[in-house]
Amino acid sequence: MKIVDQAENAAEFIEDQTHEEHLDKLLWMLRVRRDEAASRVPEWEQLRDLASQIKEHTLSNLAHYLEMFESRAQANGVTVHWARDAHEHNQIVYQLLSERNVNELIKSKSMLTEECDTRKFLEERGILVSETDLGERIQQLDDQPPSHIVGPAWHKTEEDIARVFAKAYGSDEKKADPVYLAQVMRENTRPLIERARAGMTGCNFAVAETGAIVTVTNEGNADLSGNVPELRICSTGIEKIIPKTEDLAVFIRLLTRSATGNSITQYTSHFRAPRQNGEMHIILVDNGRSERLGMEKFWPSLKCIRCAACMNTCPVYRRSGGLSYGSTYMGPIGIILMPTFDSRRFSELPYASTLNGSCTNVCPVKINIHEQIYAWREVMEEKHQINLVKKAAMIMAGKVLSHPEVYRLATAATAASLKVLPHFALYNQLNAWGRHRDNPQPGKETFHTWYKKNRKQTPGLP
Amino acid sequence: MIPCYMDLFYPEVGIATLELLEKLKVEVIYPADQTCCGQPMANSGCYEEARATEELFIKNFSGFDCIVTPSGSCTHHIRDKFTAAPDSPERRKVSASVYDLVEFLHDILKVREFPGTEFKHKVALHTSCSAIRGIGMASMSERVHDPKFSKPKQLLERVPGIEFVEFERPDECCGFGGSFAVTEEAVSAKMGYDKIGFMIKAGAEYLVSSDMSCLMHLQGCSSRLGKNLKILHIAQILNGVTQ
Amino acid sequence: MNTRDTILQKVRRNRPAFRELPAIPNFHSKPPVDLKKKFIAGLKELYGEVVTEPPADFGQFLKKKFPTARTICSAVPEYVGNKKPKDFARWADASCIDVTIVRSPLGVAETGSVLLSEEEFGVNTIGFLAHDIVILLDPAEIVEDIHDAYRHPHFQDQAYSLLMSGPSGSADIGGVTVHPAQGVMTLTVIFWPRAKTH
Repeated sequence: MKIVDQAENAAEFIEDQTHEEHLDKLLWMLRVRRDEAASRVPEWEQLRDLASQIKEHTLSNLAHYLEMFESRAQANGVTVHWARDAHEHNQIVYQLLSERNVNELIKSKSMLTEECDTRKFLEERGILVSETDLGERIQQLDDQPPSHIVGPAWHKTEEDIARVFAKAYGSDEKKADPVYLAQVMRENTRPLIERARAGMTGCNFAVAETGAIVTVTNEGNADLSGNVPELRICSTGIEKIIPKTEDLAVFIRLLTRSATGNSITQYTSHFRAPRQNGEMHIILVDNGRSERLGMEKFWPSLKCIRCAACMNTCPVYRRSGGLSYGSTYMGPIGIILMPTFDSRRFSELPYASTLNGSCTNVCPVKINIHEQIYAWREVMEEKHQINLVKKAAMIMAGKVLSHPEVYRLATAATAASLKVLPHFALYNQLNAWGRHRDNPQPGKETFHTWYKKNRKQTPGLP
Repeated sequence: MIPCYMDLFYPEVGIATLELLEKLKVEVIYPADQTCCGQPMANSGCYEEARATEELFIKNFSGFDCIVTPSGSCTHHIRDKFTAAPDSPERRKVSASVYDLVEFLHDILKVREFPGTEFKHKVALHTSCSAIRGIGMASMSERVHDPKFSKPKQLLERVPGIEFVEFERPDECCGFGGSFAVTEEAVSAKMGYDKIGFMIKAGAEYLVSSDMSCLMHLQGCSSRLGKNLKILHIAQILNGVTQ
Repeated sequence: MNTRDTILQKVRRNRPAFRELPAIPNFHSKPPVDLKKKFIAGLKELYGEVVTEPPADFGQFLKKKFPTARTICSAVPEYVGNKKPKDFARWADASCIDVTIVRSPLGVAETGSVLLSEEEFGVNTIGFLAHDIVILLDPAEIVEDIHDAYRHPHFQDQAYSLLMSGPSGSADIGGVTVHPAQGVMTLTVIFWPRAKTH
């Protein structure tokens, strides 16, 4: 598959002033709300430390907890499946449905199912899949992937959403009012929910001690999807395991505050056993996670609890739009996860960052995101994934800057020096800097020359 | 240490830095064979290309007690990311001896007065991400419970007449980001435009920072936007520039 | 080797160096806070309502609050509705309920949440498919924070348990939470001490 040109996609998004301003404002508001929520919890930094330590402990002992989870879940009457990759996961879901002659599925939000492209797989096999999460539903109706992992349609304005619903449901295109649109969703989704015989949820946390799956929603759509039908399927990445119910408290206190600034979501739900007259299936999915666990610099990315605080604070994400990354996971966490799925296709993502470090400091589980982004650049360079023109410029810069005499000669002709300095080495693209900015003007003499004239020159290196 | 782009484009800032340190009776030496700290190559992941440059840096600077540079990003790189050159006692010494100019003035020399200075203007103070989150020169907005502080502000507050304007998103990245400024040109410029906008909205006449790379980028954005926001490095104000 | 064993083997092989599980300290406020007051504030922020005394005439209260309600499903002895949870053999049929009345065994001051489970609901869907919900809560059963809440035995022994915090909402359009979304339209908590049983 083609390499994702995030920079070009971002440039297109910025051209669309309305949408760029809309997204930037919305997400910055969530960042500010996150700050306010954190300031009301005096032990906030302590909670972050605890969350990070709990996750690191669990990941360092993952097999033990997976086995504990499986045996507790089984004792609760739950059937536990294992899937090594996306395909195997999708096959298991399809089999569960087809064995029971079920051809309609309602589901709540699950980034894992986006990762596995589950909906497409099932639809190709004749299963009608309906997203019950409002944001996911909007994106489903508009045939677009989610642009943000918490608010899949946040890049859309209210007018955009009114248009999507008008086309799909015949609602009033002119009424771009969120309350009205939420009502339209409710009216159109309720019948689907009521007649569903199978429901699928994702998983925010899987508690090893009790074998329970925990979901967190504002709408209650996981509760609807998980309780109305007799067949309940929960898919979870193997990294979602935490040891005990007691540990869950730490994460629940951090998650929503980090994501939107509310203290908690409306529904924090714990599915431990099948409902009466029902069945429950849990699918434990690997899809590259066990591999990532062994990566010395990158395994801490598995701590992620999918709050998207990193996306909300990222100044690059807010101006690029989530779809610019061309990936399941976007923004800072996306940059460090996606190369593990396809290091060629996502080889440019680590450069979609100024390494400013804001993401690392809002992350509730203290993933060193910006440091991992930096480390991925070295991996890309070693794997020769780096853009060839860029590489040539870096080689030249390295040669010039490691030889003082060469550097002096090059910079003596100050105008010519613009071609030498790596910052704008511009790989012959002086134009790139100058597209939206004025170029810096070289001084009449360099500092080096001035110093030679005005101070006693110290001897150079032997 | 004078960063490569400052040597070329903003020698006056290097001169101000030198004069300021000399006024404070510091024995300053400028090693003639210095070039660059290696950050541009390392930030692109090109460690092999950065190695020789970093080794040259170590050769030039390992003999000194303190290495002072008017650049937060260079300081952060040398202190915390200087790994392209192989580990050695000299490399460690260099990493342990480097200071940003503001750090050096505030923490080592503990300067609290700047006689003969004056700056009767409205200033938007920008502190780079390297300076804030990299080397801790000011508190960051993300860590809401940390006590608020800013070393560059504490120094500038000693200059009579200076007035700080409060602008929105004070520690959001300006968008320079090194080669990012060119490879993600549209996003970089938009970030710069937005920051200029916030500063002007707050009534700033001058944009001041301890990082020239941010200033270079913001100056480019500001003049393209036709705004007359004036740019100065903190060294220049502390050295006595009045406008 | 089957998938399960393959995954477990890989996870064991790739494990990072072992780290201890931390102990979680007590975060209770000093001096202690007024739990009722904090609960009310938290729930109001999430658009729930609180009634601080049991109504003298519960039937009248419900008529006034929900004038158009026809079907009232009560899971509590304090009120006899025209439906009980066990009337819904097919869980999806709970959609016809206008008002569900249920008792919660625990409130959380930190967030304004109430604990509910299959034990209180009988049929879980009465909590989501109903138009509105009224929850009786003994104010003596309000705990300070989420850490306290998770000590409740429901999380160990119930097939389904839930911390419900305000009526259903969504922030998916424009990032601002709107009500209602797909679950209940309104949520009302009534501080109602449990009747003493002998």
